[in-house]
Amino acid sequence: MPIEVLMPALSPTMTEGTLAKWNVKEGDTVQSGDVLAEIETDKATMEVEAVDEGTIGKLIVDAGTENVAVNAVIAYILEEGEDASALDNVNPGEAKAAPKPDDAEENEESSSESSASSSASAAPVQASGAIERAENEPRAMSVMNETRDEKTYSKFKTQTVREALRDAMAEEMRTDENVFVMGEEVAQYQGAYKVTQGLLDEFGDKRVVDTPITEYGFTGLGTGAAFMGLRPVVEFMTFNFAMQAIDHIINSAAKTLYMSGGQLGCPIVFRGPNGAAARVGAQHSQCYASWYAHCPGLKVIAPYSAADAKGLLKAAIRDPNPVVFLENEILYGQSFEVPDDDDFVLPIGQAKIEREGTDVTIVAFSIMVGKALKAAEKLAEEGISAEVINLRTIRPLDVNTIVRSVMKTNRIVTCEEGWHFAGIGAEIASVIMEHAFDYLDAPVARVTGEDVPMPYAANLEVLALPQDQHIVDAAKAVCYR
Amino acid sequence: MATTKRKRATTRADNQASSEDLLKYYRDMLLIRRFEEKAGQLYGMGLIGGFCHLYIGQEAVVVGMQAATSGDDGVITSYRDHGHMLACGMDSAGVMAELTGREGGYSHGKGGSMHMFSKEKNFYGGHGIVGGQVPLGTGIAFNYKYRGEDKVCLTYLGDGAVNQGQVYESFNMAALWKLPVVYCIENNQYAMGTSTQRHSASPDLYQRGEAYGIPGEQVDGMDVLAVKEAGERAIKHCREGNGPFILELKTYRYRGHSMSDPAKYRTKDELDKMRKEHDPIDMVKKLLIDGNILDEDGLKDIDKEVKAEIAKAAEFAQNSPEPDRSELFTDILIEV
Repeated sequence: MPIEVLMPALSPTMTEGTLAKWNVKEGDTVQSGDVLAEIETDKATMEVEAVDEGTIGKLIVDAGTENVAVNAVIAYILEEGEDASALDNVNPGEAKAAPKPDDAEENEESSSESSASSSASAAPVQASGAIERAENEPRAMSVMNETRDEKTYSKFKTQTVREALRDAMAEEMRTDENVFVMGEEVAQYQGAYKVTQGLLDEFGDKRVVDTPITEYGFTGLGTGAAFMGLRPVVEFMTFNFAMQAIDHIINSAAKTLYMSGGQLGCPIVFRGPNGAAARVGAQHSQCYASWYAHCPGLKVIAPYSAADAKGLLKAAIRDPNPVVFLENEILYGQSFEVPDDDDFVLPIGQAKIEREGTDVTIVAFSIMVGKALKAAEKLAEEGISAEVINLRTIRPLDVNTIVRSVMKTNRIVTCEEGWHFAGIGAEIASVIMEHAFDYLDAPVARVTGEDVPMPYAANLEVLALPQDQHIVDAAKAVCYR
Repeated sequence: MATTKRKRATTRADNQASSEDLLKYYRDMLLIRRFEEKAGQLYGMGLIGGFCHLYIGQEAVVVGMQAATSGDDGVITSYRDHGHMLACGMDSAGVMAELTGREGGYSHGKGGSMHMFSKEKNFYGGHGIVGGQVPLGTGIAFNYKYRGEDKVCLTYLGDGAVNQGQVYESFNMAALWKLPVVYCIENNQYAMGTSTQRHSASPDLYQRGEAYGIPGEQVDGMDVLAVKEAGERAIKHCREGNGPFILELKTYRYRGHSMSDPAKYRTKDELDKMRKEHDPIDMVKKLLIDGNILDEDGLKDIDKEVKAEIAKAAEFAQNSPEPDRSELFTDILIEV
């Protein structure tokens, strides 16, 4: 059988084009790679190369012909040993049908629009996917597990968040040779915020690695090492600097498992202080919770207490997936009770009810949990019983705990330092609408940072950040008091 | 330590390559070329979508470099990756089926032309952001050193990527920590449509590591034997614990940057001259014939065999089903 030369598409959206010029004539011998013809669309011109070798048997479409359909036969090449009589039985009549995708029969598009048809068939897949997930409520159920609540431990010690983080890393480094810490000033300087204090002495410079000030580079380097099964804990001096590295956090760490069809995992932890510290200005005071929580392929954790910090950082290091671990500089020096047990680990994806209540649910994470607890005290004085939920994990979000609480209180206030637009509060408001709309007695209220870059002046900074009084006011508003 | 040296390796029939080696290089390069021609054809038929960056013209680079490795060394590259995968020994049918977005593809259709991986063949992608693979490859080398493994990571980048900041962040760390990584700069002379003269203040890319004390060498990337020889020197340097090495492999892509690029930024004469005078496959073909290693019939047999493999790959890529709908939600996170 003679070999068909088809009108090629220059792009997935091209359906027809002009056959501008033939570079060969009938009877010519051609090799793979020889240019046979030039074709044009309104956007570009391109050469058609031979993929097979042989003799040009017949040119079907004349040079200069416009509107030649993609995949139409434009010429025949005779294979070695064939002569012109082989052309007697060929019928170049119609455009060749591009093999249809599996479910292409669901739509009517012609084969020459195969790219359009495949994108059309993708739409219902997406839609049904969304429906399946909506039915699959509450989503967080699967992340519940047997990990012990910290209250069930018998021995506790008082620790700062800083010490708890250090102990979490040290304990995991003792049990797993593949765990190492890297970042700016993590080793000899003992950590810019002293979180890695003592690690260099115990583990040496092979496993506690001072990096140059080069976030993009060392984040990519850590990610590459994690592809190979090492378990890097990458410290950012603050998450503000991780903006230089976000390409590798999202494009390399979060997406590679999917892009590789499950072949290449990335067990890495990106940790460091997030959000506002004190008087450090706009470029050093931003909450990235919603940025990272937006992305599939990542887990995002934001601890409040020292117990959160320890139990969740250990879980993050053990997790086979990339985890963004958002700490808070102001909390580093605060002390809490922490179970005194090397096996103390907290489950990722499970929120904690810090204080039970019946009138209003207050959801917070990181430093805002402390402010929410203060607000709950004040509300109690005014006879309002607030339930305070410490999210602990932002992604996957523990929808169950929030929804159950709202079913009880019928009112909810969300709290975050970050900006309101597309923030965590916005997501929780949607989740509540999807799962507990009929239980709401008031619209969801959001307490967030003001919609401004962080000012330096002390008084303005206080005004820009959400305070416990804002939470009190919002809670009273949703209680109509 | 020697800093940079400029050396163009010689490539004549009096080289030491054995007949078996030459035959292997010929076959491997031909396989890549026929694969890419077929991919271009399937793209034209609408069977491959999105971006598709062909490697035609550059075959000697990966085949020569792969011949210089131990076989266990790691390889990572950008999105012009089909040739690298075939050179690493990945199955042509699995690669082609990924191009068509089918279940039988290396990533079950979820990666596409730019994103394939094979742990088994030590191929770590397939990365779509220009320069992104450079710190990743440096991290793979960090892993080899951390574990005390006697391996080197070949980290390929193009002449466009050499102007990315993250490349220099990687050079710095690799030199500082003496990581076993060979940065293979495939200088095909065009960063998409912008020529090296127009995008690089200093066009001698092998010198880009000078500030970090990384030795560099410029190599005729159209000559598989020169590439192999230089690759062996670079890899030896890394294995001996001296840190990274930079190879600038001067090469040429015959096709546009991607399928939709008509490559109007260069002259037809320039392309024709490369094809006629410097084609990497023709060069080895001539060595085979002049050295009486194989006659025209023998070469034809290899051509046929390669063609048959590609035909099989194309058939598989068209017949393998699209991924099941359930694949949409798998491999996002590893279940704990």
